[in-house]
Amino acid sequence: MLTQTPTPVNEEALKVRVEDVQLDITFEQLKRLVSPRALTGETMLMNMGPQHPSTHGVLRLLLELDGETIVNCIPDIGYLHTGIEKTAESKTYLKVIPLTDRTDYLAPMSNNMAFCGAVEKLVGIEVPLRAQYLRVILLELTRMNSHLVWLGTHALDIGAMSVFLYCMREREMILDIYEAVSGARMMSSYIRPGGLWRDVPTVFFDLVRRVLDVFPKRLIEYEKLLTKNPMWKDRTVGIGKISAQDAIAWGMTGPCLRATGVKYDVRKAYPYSSYDHFDFDIPTGTNGDVFDRYKCRMEEFNQSLKIIRQALDRLPPGPVMTSDRKVAPPPKHEIAYSMESLIHHFKLWTEGFKAPEGEVYFAVESGKGEYGVLLSGDGSSKPRRVHFRAPSFHNLQPINELARGHLLADLVAIIGSIDIVLGDVDR
Amino acid sequence: MGLEQKLGDLGIVTTTLERAVGWARTRAMWPLLFGLACCAIEMMSTQASRYDLSRFGMELMRASPRQSDLMIVAGRVSRKMAPVLRQLYDQMPDPKWVIAMGDCASCGGVFNNYAIVQGVDEIVPVDVYVAGCPPRPETLIDGIMKLHEKVRQEPLKKWQ
Ligand code: SF4
Repeated sequence: MLTQTPTPVNEEALKVRVEDVQLDITFEQLKRLVSPRALTGETMLMNMGPQHPSTHGVLRLLLELDGETIVNCIPDIGYLHTGIEKTAESKTYLKVIPLTDRTDYLAPMSNNMAFCGAVEKLVGIEVPLRAQYLRVILLELTRMNSHLVWLGTHALDIGAMSVFLYCMREREMILDIYEAVSGARMMSSYIRPGGLWRDVPTVFFDLVRRVLDVFPKRLIEYEKLLTKNPMWKDRTVGIGKISAQDAIAWGMTGPCLRATGVKYDVRKAYPYSSYDHFDFDIPTGTNGDVFDRYKCRMEEFNQSLKIIRQALDRLPPGPVMTSDRKVAPPPKHEIAYSMESLIHHFKLWTEGFKAPEGEVYFAVESGKGEYGVLLSGDGSSKPRRVHFRAPSFHNLQPINELARGHLLADLVAIIGSIDIVLGDVDR
Repeated sequence: MGLEQKLGDLGIVTTTLERAVGWARTRAMWPLLFGLACCAIEMMSTQASRYDLSRFGMELMRASPRQSDLMIVAGRVSRKMAPVLRQLYDQMPDPKWVIAMGDCASCGGVFNNYAIVQGVDEIVPVDVYVAGCPPRPETLIDGIMKLHEKVRQEPLKKWQ
């Protein structure tokens, strides 16, 4: 057997390179992350981010490149670490909701729902049917909101500028709905433990109907621009493939997992907010590449519209907040004449309600995947521990597997297709 | 067309160099393409279809700090990000301006904790603070107009 003497490792030169990339790790740790070829100087170490137009925020990647081919792609996260989980421990249950808005800020309602669902499960609250249906409508709109930003930025990264402008145009329609119901364009905090903050205004129905009317046509427009576009196909088909087993092993969920052919959707597997009342399909792919992820999400638009249509038609009348006064504030008119209600109102907003001791996990299917909340109560009005199972964090993990062997330019498409939000990754 | 008709036959405008330069600087500010958190999404909306920042000659976001003269700090700055932000600021050529967009960038916002820099003015000088969580696109545009006002009044001497 012919043995080749390996090029001696030039430790000094490498240490300089480690300082160049300014990672918070030691040289020994870096050695384990890159291939031996990097140590001999055969491949190149390169930094990408955290300020980079197509890392979707402040993701930083350390790339090991052989020419233009990616050998290793090591994510360095934490540039947006906000300490939300820790901050939540010092707030009452109600006041955690605005923080959840700010984790995955493209899907605020899904986060609200996950947290409120966990609180409801811990305290044991029944939610009125009207509130559940309205939640479903809003959650599906949120999914569309999240997917629209994904489609716009993903297309922008690959080079289709106009799609971005169209998507943002449609997104404004959904933001108008948010604004009508909650008063805020993005940070809604509209879903509360026990139901909704208030009933939706009448204009809500017109706005939703407008989305239902307009959107299918716009969807055809996007498809025309992209799906059969040879350039789009060149950049997406066969790029960033992952098998179903690997995707499950890495903890991928949402469209990224479904693109590999696994039919897992929290809405079907563990229905919440009466999702089991509605008839809808789970679109799946076969190859698990960038193009399949794209196709899955595009089909989800249609399914979302289908669910909204059903929920709107079958929306029952009734209250939108539970009658359980433990968590529900007394109605305003009662405060005017009842001393007890006034005190109760005051206590509820200052001290908050108490949740029993215990630990619950509640997950929803947000636009990006399974968004779960692990909530641990200690009998007081503040949680002992809140943990968010952020889909973006888990979907980001296999980036090395996805990117390895592809060209540097394809990495941009891969990052776009796994649809990460750094607020969700770092929290 | 328009301008020539207004000027009549004169063909000459008198103004000070300072004012001309100040005016020119506001007409084509190139912001740094630099999104941090939720506010960055509203910054994107400001640029996109409905609010259309190109009305102010600002549609061109530059990803390289060396080509931009306005930094919109859109979002919360974590302690890990702070040195990077400062480095980006240092890389921008003079004259340069900074807008702190949103409560987080202005004062820490809802995150009064260990992870977030309590106001980006701890690390870079800020010209305009835009309030809101996130500020509506109109609010951001208002902040930009305020900055334009400020830039127009800046003396030329400062940059010597
Ligand atoms: S000000 Fe609000 S919207 Fe802006 S980054 Fe901070 S939390 Fe997000």
